[in-house]
Amino acid sequence: MIAKNNSLAFNASRHVRERAIEFVLFLAALSSVAVTLGIVGVLFYESLGLFKHVSLWDFLTDTQWTPLFDDAHYGILPLLAGTLVTTLVAVVVAIPLGTVIAIYLSEYAPHRLREVVKPILELLSAVPTVVYGYFALLFVTPLLQQLFPGLPGFNMLSAGLVIGVMIIPYVSSLSEDAIQAVPMQLREGSYAMGATRLRTALSVIFPAAFSGIASAYVLAMSRAIGETMVVAIAAGMQPNLTWNPLEPAATITAYIVQVSLGDLPHGSLGYQTIFAAGLTLMLITLVFNIAGYWLRRRFREVY
Amino acid sequence: MTPDTLSVTNPLKYKSTPVPMPETSPSLQPPSLVSPASESPIKARVSQLNFYYGDYRALKDINLDIREKRVTALIGPSGCGKTTYLRCFNRMHDLYPGNRYEGEIMLYPDEVNIIGPKVDPIEVRMRISMVFQKPNPFPKSIYENVAYGLRVRGVRKRSLLDDKVEEALKGAALWDEVKDRLHDLAFTLSGGQQQRMCIARALATDPEILLFDEPTSALDPIATARIEELIAQLKDRVTIIIVTHNMQQAARVSDYTAFMYLGELVEMGDTPTIFTNPSKKQTEDYITGRYG
Amino acid sequence: MDDAQITHSVSSELKPLIARHKMFDAWFAVLGLLAMLVALITLTALIVDLAVQGAPRLSWDFFTSFPSRFPDKAGILSAWVGTTVVMLVTAASAVPLGVAAGIYLEEYATKNWITGIIEINITNLAGVPSIVYGLMALGLFVYQFNLGQSVLSAGLTLGLLILPMVIIATREAIRAIPSLIREAAYALGATKWQTVQHHILPYSTGGILTGVIIAMSRAIGESAPVITIGALTFIAFLPTSPIQPEPPYLSFQWLFDPYTVMPIQMFNWTSRPQAAFHLNAAAAGLVLMAMTLLMNGLAIYIRYRFRKRIKW
Repeated sequence: MIAKNNSLAFNASRHVRERAIEFVLFLAALSSVAVTLGIVGVLFYESLGLFKHVSLWDFLTDTQWTPLFDDAHYGILPLLAGTLVTTLVAVVVAIPLGTVIAIYLSEYAPHRLREVVKPILELLSAVPTVVYGYFALLFVTPLLQQLFPGLPGFNMLSAGLVIGVMIIPYVSSLSEDAIQAVPMQLREGSYAMGATRLRTALSVIFPAAFSGIASAYVLAMSRAIGETMVVAIAAGMQPNLTWNPLEPAATITAYIVQVSLGDLPHGSLGYQTIFAAGLTLMLITLVFNIAGYWLRRRFREVY
Repeated sequence: MTPDTLSVTNPLKYKSTPVPMPETSPSLQPPSLVSPASESPIKARVSQLNFYYGDYRALKDINLDIREKRVTALIGPSGCGKTTYLRCFNRMHDLYPGNRYEGEIMLYPDEVNIIGPKVDPIEVRMRISMVFQKPNPFPKSIYENVAYGLRVRGVRKRSLLDDKVEEALKGAALWDEVKDRLHDLAFTLSGGQQQRMCIARALATDPEILLFDEPTSALDPIATARIEELIAQLKDRVTIIIVTHNMQQAARVSDYTAFMYLGELVEMGDTPTIFTNPSKKQTEDYITGRYG
Repeated sequence: MDDAQITHSVSSELKPLIARHKMFDAWFAVLGLLAMLVALITLTALIVDLAVQGAPRLSWDFFTSFPSRFPDKAGILSAWVGTTVVMLVTAASAVPLGVAAGIYLEEYATKNWITGIIEINITNLAGVPSIVYGLMALGLFVYQFNLGQSVLSAGLTLGLLILPMVIIATREAIRAIPSLIREAAYALGATKWQTVQHHILPYSTGGILTGVIIAMSRAIGESAPVITIGALTFIAFLPTSPIQPEPPYLSFQWLFDPYTVMPIQMFNWTSRPQAAFHLNAAAAGLVLMAMTLLMNGLAIYIRYRFRKRIKW
């Protein structure tokens, strides 16, 4: 016989148990905030150690980054230049190719072709970055050296090109989502006026999807800025303030790797420089990420 | 090459029992109550039109004449094929795979079958324009929206574009409301204004036939009335085919009405006759609301 | 009259215009195909290069030898064992935390400012460069908590790295469950936790598992954060075995031992000037890619199997 609980009274112990479980789950969710606090905390704390010795002005404007020399300079500009140049090369590759692919896949390609191509593009983003680094150093650079004789073994062009191909899926997949979200009526309106697919895509669909596509560009750029292994392996680790992609240079990320491979005592100035560099990187990508999400939200509001 | 004015073939037999005429406001009575003898020439002749979505036969052996510079309305219950039929005229079905046309839609005076396989859909669409159910303005300024069709046709000269845009907006009874803000985004217009802008957009290229696909179903009654007035005026410039869910609208606005049911053309004739004295029982049942 | 010639007066001007537009249209289609080809060819070149250089080095010895100064004697034993143990810690840290967080956000959380902050954080963390996680782990795990350069540090670091991915995957898997099921459970008198335990979790397991495996396949290839926390690149020994011959028979020493992982090993060999080491790097790369592909394939298979079993 099933015992009947005839009272509708509040079962206190069950309630307590439920609340306890909810609290535990809440703590788990809060862990994400803890991680952010951890990141921000560590970066600021260690960087502060550096900024006691180096003025912020010097950090931002000195044109040399030689923290491990006797005559130490702590200007982040060379690292910024390295990051900027490689990112630019990557973006010059990824944005045109990614956009064309996105438009082609949504407006031109037959269904079967899309089914085949999309997984292959996903594969492009699943390859480990160290493998891309290997590819850039030992395949792409020798190839480029035939085009540009005298190209040094470490150079930003090679790394930038490979990063560019690596982030094509970011651009194409997010742009494609934005393009697909444009309603069919807009397309029909354009075709009904006698326009071709190309004119419809460029004149109606692209502007309609623009903030979504811009969001894709910005997020892809953020990914390129944060890339580490490809540049560490293929662009060299020598800070070099230059705009010429044919030269070797160190990015912010490559510098951090270089120091980590070495043996710097905990708490030393050299050790603290990687946190300052990391903080700079974090702030830059934060700006890009915020811009990207803001653009995506604006786009979602319209459609 | 230009065919002579065709004599009217009137297969309809008049029934003796009158059917009550739907209520219409006097000002919107169709003005063209011409007797059959002074019919205008045929603009398009549909012969044995069949249409297939894949294996599904959506239109069955349709035969219909569209008269020049008149309004022809298509009515019928949901799913009867009237929108499918309309979209054959500007080859919209070509945009989606798996569709097939059979039969002919002959466009006069050229005597060309516009659904023929060798005819370019793009050229058809440049000569036959469409206004859609929901206004679909492009993400551009009002000016650029209306000028879109002209730009597609390679018109670049600013003065020519200005003139045609103004003419089209006047023809759509929108000019006075937007002449000071032509370069505002089209999204800033109200629903009714947007639809009139879409009409202006379709008019700007001087189409030979203007197709309306339930143009007022998404609009409030005041906007609807304005567009119905517009259609009555536009008739002098261009041949109009309008699909409508609203029988009263068909009665108010059109010269000829065709009743379709389950992919077939049940009956076609001049509007007053169809609504007062239809010859087929099915038509009568639909008009009196026995099914919808 | 031939169907192909519409000789309306306007049409004669239109025809060349339309022909030109269609030509541009066709050119763009070609451009699209070329763009895809660029991506495809790069991927193929990469895989072929790895295969050509590395496949000859793949052998039983390669999998069972430690790294060595002599390229032809070097192997990936410490690397793949290291990857395995580190991945264990990664999964153990990311999965419970991430799934719990996902459950909270989908089933318990109300739309208030705390929830908003949590969600912003998750979105933000997903976009933080992986090396920044390494920096945080260096300051926090290695030094502050004094875990040193150990398997535990690496596992926790990678676990935090993939935490946002696990949370997002959990949330999407849970969202796919129709609310009718929940309502049915509640209507029968189940508590929230009972509903989660008996319905939500079992039905979303497929989606969660898929997301977790994909996240782990990312973690396997991550080298930047691991380098930052000081993974040594020349490890010629294995972490202490968890199974010990003497009581208490189970050891956790391996958590605190030094280690290396596959991508680090590949990085190390790629950075050597001798070409012979590059062959080893290629072979390691092949193994790494194979691991990644296998895990992605597994995830897809699991998703497929679960979709078949559950039909809403």
